[in-house]
Amino acid sequence: MYQTSELEINMGPQHPATHGVLRLVLRLDGETIVEVKPVIGYLHRGVEKLSENRGYRSVTPLTDRLDYCAAFAENHSYVGAVEKLLGVEVPPRAQAMRVVLAELQRIASHLIWLATHGLDIGAMTIFLYAFREREKCLDLFEGYCGARLTYNALRIGGVPQEFPDGWTEALRRFLDELPTRIAQYETLLTGNRIWRLRTEGVGVIDARTALGLGLTGPTLRGSGVDYDVRKYAPYENYRDYAFDIPVGSKGDTYDRYLIRMEEMRQSRRIILQALEALPDGPILAKVAGRIRPPKGAEAYFMTESPRGEMSVYLVSDGTDKPYRVRFRSPCFNNLQGLPTLSKGHMVADVVALIGSIDIVLGCVDR
Amino acid sequence: MYPVLQYFVVPFIHGVVLTLVLLLCVAYLTFMERKVIAFMQVRIGPNRVGPRGLLQPIADVVKLLIKEDLTPDAANRVIFYIAPVIATLSTIAAFAVIPYGGPEATVSIFGFPIRPYLADVNVGILYVISISSIGVFGIVLGGWASNSKYPLLGGLRSAAQMISYEVPFGLAIIGVLMVTGTASLVEIVQWQQQHTWLFWLQPFAVVLFFIAGVAENNRAPFDLPEAESELVAGFHTEYSGFKFAFFFLAEYIAMIVVSALVVTLFFGGWLPVTFGLGHLFPKLPALLSGAWGGPWVMLLFGMGWVFIKVFFMLYLYLWIRATFPRYRYDQLMNIGWKFMIPASLAWIVLTGAGILAVQAIRS
Repeated sequence: MYQTSELEINMGPQHPATHGVLRLVLRLDGETIVEVKPVIGYLHRGVEKLSENRGYRSVTPLTDRLDYCAAFAENHSYVGAVEKLLGVEVPPRAQAMRVVLAELQRIASHLIWLATHGLDIGAMTIFLYAFREREKCLDLFEGYCGARLTYNALRIGGVPQEFPDGWTEALRRFLDELPTRIAQYETLLTGNRIWRLRTEGVGVIDARTALGLGLTGPTLRGSGVDYDVRKYAPYENYRDYAFDIPVGSKGDTYDRYLIRMEEMRQSRRIILQALEALPDGPILAKVAGRIRPPKGAEAYFMTESPRGEMSVYLVSDGTDKPYRVRFRSPCFNNLQGLPTLSKGHMVADVVALIGSIDIVLGCVDR
Repeated sequence: MYPVLQYFVVPFIHGVVLTLVLLLCVAYLTFMERKVIAFMQVRIGPNRVGPRGLLQPIADVVKLLIKEDLTPDAANRVIFYIAPVIATLSTIAAFAVIPYGGPEATVSIFGFPIRPYLADVNVGILYVISISSIGVFGIVLGGWASNSKYPLLGGLRSAAQMISYEVPFGLAIIGVLMVTGTASLVEIVQWQQQHTWLFWLQPFAVVLFFIAGVAENNRAPFDLPEAESELVAGFHTEYSGFKFAFFFLAEYIAMIVVSALVVTLFFGGWLPVTFGLGHLFPKLPALLSGAWGGPWVMLLFGMGWVFIKVFFMLYLYLWIRATFPRYRYDQLMNIGWKFMIPASLAWIVLTGAGILAVQAIRS
């Protein structure tokens, strides 16, 4: 006489916890997830197609709009790909400066991840604490390139300008207080019983499955794979810096949380080393005014964005516009893991998992 | 003199005044919530409307009043309207038996004696528990009548949650009943006046009672029915305008009721805080309770003490909300059934053993 039926609910595209316009179709048995289907495309702007109709230099501002929480990482991948296509050698000083900015971006991005992840699990205060520090990162970026979100802070062949006067001191001041701030977040969350109940054992994924799904970044490292482009295929002068790749053991949400917290400390370490040994010299290599790579030339360039492996594939047809630009976005691939991760968990865990795989919809939809 | 006046009109006016005061408290409780949490989160909080933002709650009420009051087409209109009323009325009604002064603080206005509580029912505690558990109907019906999926989930969650936590909420009080031997809230405070705060005798019961109270109010970290990151706004997703305001009121009044209950049952209600110095300076309790100045002064002092203690408990609510993440639904149920209920039962046994031991020593 009585029977239960599955409930299908739509989570998003307008929902407080889907980090933008992600839409999830959840099939529920009570509160337990039977199936999650991510539906994407609500923020599709056709960046790849747009790029084919612009000069090589004019594509950089478009890449800002991919992952708007870590615009610099996107700039970096694209500019690096063009440099590889042209065979341009970036001056050492520019390389070190890029590393400084990229790691600062990683800190800013992880802070916004921490803020929203905490908020999704219900820890409201951490949101404002993390935003307080992110604000300082944004101030630093504003000091360098004038923009707070869409930086366009790179030029093909180097960086547009030196660090302004007093900028490195401000950065050092920020880095000095960062460890105490991270310790503050950890007192609120790491040992917190509720936080651990909500994250430990939630969304466990083993290394093999994670690799099979193409997960990268902290999401993959949580499962114990120490894959990090900065170590495996070093670009810029990452080879010169000592830093560790934190890996998890269980592959659950808590591990991924710990990894990102540790990555912020490691980024700080890298920036301090880079500032210490900032080489002298030019900051911009000589690049032709009009960029026309030879016909048929192609380049694939990988960087470690805060969210994972961000790579750009460029094909030239000999004109001053790229024939094909392909962005391999970490968010898109990581989102693929969501249905696997959330199977058998509860509605509340889906929210924690969206936060845990750290997606930005601009980057997923492109 | 005039029985109709004394037994109907005067209590009615008393009740209306009490309700209005309660509503004002709710308004400023929201203000306090926003300010306190703002300071915990290194923000400033509302400071635009009126001096230091003090008129912000008034502006909020006006905003809710003039907002469009939507009813979804698919909703069950009658129940959709009644649900917020049930939720609010049941919580307001619970306040009738909460004393804010002793019987000796009875004042007379136009010859009518006004006692500092609306009613001294000899089953006061049972009254509060049963009345406040009606509130869950408002939430369940509201969630169901919206005819929408998120409110339905929110309503179901809160039904399960409130029913589960009703049990330890009630069980935690049994120790108090055993010690004092009465269920009248006024007499419980009078017992504490003669002996000591029940907090010292029932410390574990306070913790259980408060946790169960927070859970029953659907407040953080047990705010699953309205977990905004999961269920948008839970059972009141489809509510707007003043119907929403009623749910809002119900939640905050319920907070005040639970705080007032904790204060009355465990922290001596209207009794002054003497910091344990009462024995050193025997005149201190009388001084702080206003016993030197007749019933009006005693009434004012009693209200003042209740007010201070209640707002301290409310501050705990806010503090918890600013600090903790949210539990998951199944974890909440686990805590309720696997920890709270056995623990409160064990505490009852322990209390019984303690009472027997005291009796054995005395005899």
